[in-house]
Amino acid sequence: MNNRKLVTFWRIIKGGLQGFARNASLSIAAIAVMTITLTTVLFSLVANATFTDTIQRITDRIDVSVFLTDDISEQARNDLIRQLEGIEVVQEVTFVSKEDALERYRQDNQDNPDLLAAISETDNPLPASLQVKPRDPNRIQEIQQFLERPEIRELQSEDPSYSGDRKEAIDNITGATRFLQSAGIVGIIIFALISMLIIFNTIRMTIFNRRDELQIMRLLGASTAYIRGPFIVETILYGIVSAIISVLVCNLLFRISANAFQANSFGLLDIGFASSYFADRLPLILTVQILIGILIGAVSSLIATRRYLKFKTSK
Amino acid sequence: MILLDRVTKVYNRSNAALDRISLHVEPKEFVIIIGKSGAGKSTLLKLLTKEEKPTSGKIVIGGLDYDKLKDRDIPLVRRKIGVVFQDFKLLPNKSVFENVAFALEIVGVGSQEIENTVPKVLDIVGLKGKEKRYPNELSGGERQRVAIARAIVRQPKILIADEPTGNLDPKHAWDVIKVLEKINRYGTTVLLTTHNQDIVNKLKRRVVTIEGGRVVSDRANAEYREA
Repeated sequence: MNNRKLVTFWRIIKGGLQGFARNASLSIAAIAVMTITLTTVLFSLVANATFTDTIQRITDRIDVSVFLTDDISEQARNDLIRQLEGIEVVQEVTFVSKEDALERYRQDNQDNPDLLAAISETDNPLPASLQVKPRDPNRIQEIQQFLERPEIRELQSEDPSYSGDRKEAIDNITGATRFLQSAGIVGIIIFALISMLIIFNTIRMTIFNRRDELQIMRLLGASTAYIRGPFIVETILYGIVSAIISVLVCNLLFRISANAFQANSFGLLDIGFASSYFADRLPLILTVQILIGILIGAVSSLIATRRYLKFKTSK
Repeated sequence: MILLDRVTKVYNRSNAALDRISLHVEPKEFVIIIGKSGAGKSTLLKLLTKEEKPTSGKIVIGGLDYDKLKDRDIPLVRRKIGVVFQDFKLLPNKSVFENVAFALEIVGVGSQEIENTVPKVLDIVGLKGKEKRYPNELSGGERQRVAIARAIVRQPKILIADEPTGNLDPKHAWDVIKVLEKINRYGTTVLLTTHNQDIVNKLKRRVVTIEGGRVVSDRANAEYREA
């Protein structure tokens, strides 16, 4: 009996392959629209990862520099650090001493002897500072409010510096990402639905073309699984083929664009990152695409065969 | 073996296609069912192959109570019964061998067993040497014998033949009937519906006459009489 099941399973797979080959003209439409769906999925994934990465990188650089007066006591400084760390939105406070500041200044201006000469160890005009890193760049005002308190302001040699311009950039990218995410989701849903409708139709036409054979199968006592199986195998094949085509097409597009845009940046979309993100995860992406393709194919053929192959006895 | 107890089938409320039909067929019997078009013969056979459900009444075949069968068990019923249709229902794009093998394939019989079994059955129906022909290269009688081969290849206990000679000339019709008799001799219960007076008279078997959805006569060795 087990052997019979194995034989049946194999025949179902074979039937699916035959159907796939025989229905070439019908299959093409289903594969084409499924390829578009999966390509949309892929682009959304890569674009989302790229934007997230860009935001992360800019966010990492956002901080508030609190410049300290030269005569601040160590006690007062440590109190200030502790108070800052007590603010919920503060992620990290780093102390940069006058010497550290000088060292950084020298490194930043290595190639500029005039600027280097203007500052020496004995006469260091650079203030010590606290670099305050926020958890969320959108809530930087909470830090700002604290720093503007008069008793805190007293400890500072000049106004704190906020990386406000960067925040604007982040807002832009975040907005674009949100838009892209929703557009991506809407696009995926629409294309997935179109794919399913086209698969429905493909299956319906196949069932119509083969109605005699299917009727005979049923009269001879073929099980439901045996009749349905090949259709499901066939649409799963659409999914696999579409996934492979979509990954190949994207691979090609990324290669071309990586060469074409040497600047490595295309508006807000960092093509360099996108390409390498795609290339690094090729096996994973291909697997995910194939799985999504199989899922769309299997679900739509299950529904379509249930609907168009009548298994019930008439009452 | 086959038991129908007051089986009624109503399609629309005004008239019943089958009206409280009761019938009992013993194993290995050869029963001819006659009746005009629309008398209910086809409906009766469709109930036996579970293409349709009775409105009321009880059907038991080979120990299977049809009332208790679920839709997903229908294939199991059909595997126990061989069916031959008036219009053959062969697959035109499959050869004779493939058409017969098809019945075995769909129930998961291995390729080796198929290779062994199919030629034997084709021999029984007298189509040895025509394995590679396609249905359109065969005469009507030969096609019907392919259909019979397909129906008996799984060695069913019951063979239902629905007007198998309806589309055949007398000579070919008789060839088909002889094959059915042969199968019956091997121990298969045969249920045959026909219009053909000649066949009924020559066979001298039990004849059940259906008229207006009822059994109007049920006689052993009956002769056909025009109503």
